[in-house]
Amino acid sequence: MAGKAQQEHDVIIVGSGAAGGMCAYALAVQGVRVLMLEAGRHYDPATETPMFQLPMEAPLRGGGTREKPFGFYDATVDGGWEVPGEPYTSADGTEFRWWRARMLGGRTNHWGRISLRMGPYDFKPRSRDGLGFDWPMTYEDMAPWYDRTEALIGVYGSNEGLENTPDSSPGVLLPPPAPRVHELYTREACRELGIPVVPSHLAILSEKQDADRWPAVLHPNNPLAQRVTRESMRARAACFWSTHCGRGCSIRANFQTPTVLLPPALATGNLEVVTDAMVREVTIDGRGRATGVHYIDRKTRLDEHASARVVILAASACESARILLNSRSSLFPDGLANGSGVVGKYLMDTVGAGLGGQVPALENMPPHNQDGASALHLYMPWWLYREQHAGRLDFARGYHIEFGGGRRMPGPGLFSGLERYTGGSYGGAFKDDCRRYYGSFMWFDGRGEMIPNEDCYCEIDPDTVDQWGIPVLRFHWKWSDHELNQARHMQRTFHDIIVALGGEPYGDPAEDGADAIAAPGQIIHEVGGVRMGDSPRDSALNQYCQSWEVENLFVTDGGCFLSNADKNPTLSIMAIAWRASDYLVEQMNRGALR
Amino acid sequence: MSAGDPGPDRDDRDVPEGGRDREPVLRGLPGAEGDGRGLPLFGAGGARLQVDRRRVIKMMAAAAVAPALGGCEPSGEGDPGAASRAATPPTPSSNPLAAGTLWDPDLIAPTVPWEKTLTEDERATLAVLCDVIIPADDRSPSASSVGAHDFIDEYVSAPYEPIERDRVLVRGGLVWLDAEAARRFGGGARFRALDAARQHAICDDICSSDAAEPPFLQAARFFDKVRDLTATAFYTTPEGMDDIGYVGNVPLAGPWPAPPAEALRHLGLEGAI
Repeated sequence: MAGKAQQEHDVIIVGSGAAGGMCAYALAVQGVRVLMLEAGRHYDPATETPMFQLPMEAPLRGGGTREKPFGFYDATVDGGWEVPGEPYTSADGTEFRWWRARMLGGRTNHWGRISLRMGPYDFKPRSRDGLGFDWPMTYEDMAPWYDRTEALIGVYGSNEGLENTPDSSPGVLLPPPAPRVHELYTREACRELGIPVVPSHLAILSEKQDADRWPAVLHPNNPLAQRVTRESMRARAACFWSTHCGRGCSIRANFQTPTVLLPPALATGNLEVVTDAMVREVTIDGRGRATGVHYIDRKTRLDEHASARVVILAASACESARILLNSRSSLFPDGLANGSGVVGKYLMDTVGAGLGGQVPALENMPPHNQDGASALHLYMPWWLYREQHAGRLDFARGYHIEFGGGRRMPGPGLFSGLERYTGGSYGGAFKDDCRRYYGSFMWFDGRGEMIPNEDCYCEIDPDTVDQWGIPVLRFHWKWSDHELNQARHMQRTFHDIIVALGGEPYGDPAEDGADAIAAPGQIIHEVGGVRMGDSPRDSALNQYCQSWEVENLFVTDGGCFLSNADKNPTLSIMAIAWRASDYLVEQMNRGALR
Repeated sequence: MSAGDPGPDRDDRDVPEGGRDREPVLRGLPGAEGDGRGLPLFGAGGARLQVDRRRVIKMMAAAAVAPALGGCEPSGEGDPGAASRAATPPTPSSNPLAAGTLWDPDLIAPTVPWEKTLTEDERATLAVLCDVIIPADDRSPSASSVGAHDFIDEYVSAPYEPIERDRVLVRGGLVWLDAEAARRFGGGARFRALDAARQHAICDDICSSDAAEPPFLQAARFFDKVRDLTATAFYTTPEGMDDIGYVGNVPLAGPWPAPPAEALRHLGLEGAI
């Protein structure tokens, strides 16, 4: 609902995405009274998801536009790299594209569902190669939280025992779907290149969760938590291998917070959600403790205030940094939780580069259903750790490969540019060519680790406010050679794979990594900016996402990240947020944070 | 690599494919759903897709007379979806939560919120050209019979500045077709009234922008564009999907099945699983 909170609350959570959803669940099932403030509108995947609608029913055959960059049917509401009335700016000569989704569940409604654990190296990268920063916790500290998160949300995958690619505890992962034929073919081709191709990990229910087992494992001695979790797991259906996950899922087979975390949290009676509440700043008392937040009610355009004992920012890395930087006072003239000066600093995205090609062996494939889980069944984890550690590569960190192809649902542009292969056929010959080439195209995308640097940050733009009167962010960005060289290596690898498939790449790999790398922000793995650490000297938060300076203030989203491994961040965000939530409950139970 | 590359379906939602080596606006439609190749967001030089003001006014006028949100099953001519739902489970007829704006459209019962703008005469020529590109055969009907020219009208009428260039390309090309018909076959000849041999004589000269002789290069760009749009229109219909053998978008119970034996055999993978 929009408007004002109706109840008294212990904790305010700003944001309803991966971090906010997890905190709301973890706190509400433990009896904490939670108020969740979401800047966007209410959103109900059960009634709003276009599960089987065809491209031809949509404008432009469902193709992407400024307002719907991932296509018409993408779940995102009022979002994308632009949000109407909510600009951001970039410093001269730099560019950062900031993706937001103004809706209940935020970006979890459309995300890729790729759920990879960070590994032991990823938590201590500086110790390993001298670059970037170490996290205050180890992989061993986080492993139980990864297990719990995977078991709760449902992740398919396999344990392969590969370097820095952690196995889950036995029984945690759901079985991965059988590979599709083009994926098997790629696996064979990669064998000779020495590139491992293994089941991917996606937050999709390949079968129903064990609702009789997991609630008691996850919440021993907590009947309320067990009951709401059991009911929620029972209400989720297994994937029926049809329609794209990015549309959302009305049968709750994939992970998005409005179908997986918010229903059990609401079922406790301890969560109140207020939508259309655009948070501007955290308020403090004379002792410098958080008292609540100011937000703009988007419906009335009036400023409102909500109070609680604890404030959790989970608004996305950059939005949380923005709120902190806009929370200035005589006590905190540089913004809240910013005594170290790191708020807004060390922003990261993921390094992205891609290449596709046409593979003659896939032509004239016997027709069969290749929809599958819509996203990856297989992927390639980083495989050159030793070469890299020995200094034989010109970049310091790894990447994994995502790939696809096959006879998927025809969409706009399906045969654009086919004249490259046909010489310009039309008429009956063109129809024959379309039958021949359909499904013979493959794409490969690298997703690599960026090393944080001082040139990538956001700050408050002194000249610009959004339509809610809130000062906006100004971004600064500069890649280092590590990222540019990595992007070049990606395209070379993809070129090799396509050739090994007997295919023809669309082009040669870029000579210059700057021509290969995706624009900053384009991969939508925005992390950093409110980093955690071992000391208030150089970090904003401790390892439990708690502000060093304001003990009843937490930031549990990707802002707390110290590095951005090639493991897509959402799973780690949730594991970190759950761990922080349990720490918070412990603190409250022992009388702290009053 | 250019955006003229055939668009393989992309399924990583994290990945707005694009980057500086693509020019999706000029060279073709965005890729299929899920590629996030966002129509024109990532044009060369980072040009952003901006709504054209003049067309917005038309669009708003159209919206004003359209039924308001809720309960509006798309209907009437110009709605390409009305006939296509037979194979899919019934869906709610509308989404009352959606604001009905371009940023928050009704995804359950979509409508095209702008008017088509081509003239009847242009549409008639376009329909003929669509059928020269995709004629009926024993496997599927012709492009115009499933409304390909209607889609092209929808596309070139869309209120996006980059599409304005395609609009000029398509409208200019239609005029050129008739001028060329008259030049070759006598005053008064219209392309759409020529016999098939004469239509093909013209199309053979413009069907490849790589192979076209210099005088035909602009016309070849026009033909490329119309072929791309016709293919997009046709192969996204049930008839087109049947033609190329797309057999998905159906719910399956149980685990995802391994590929059928004949598909494995096709790639010599019998021993792979």
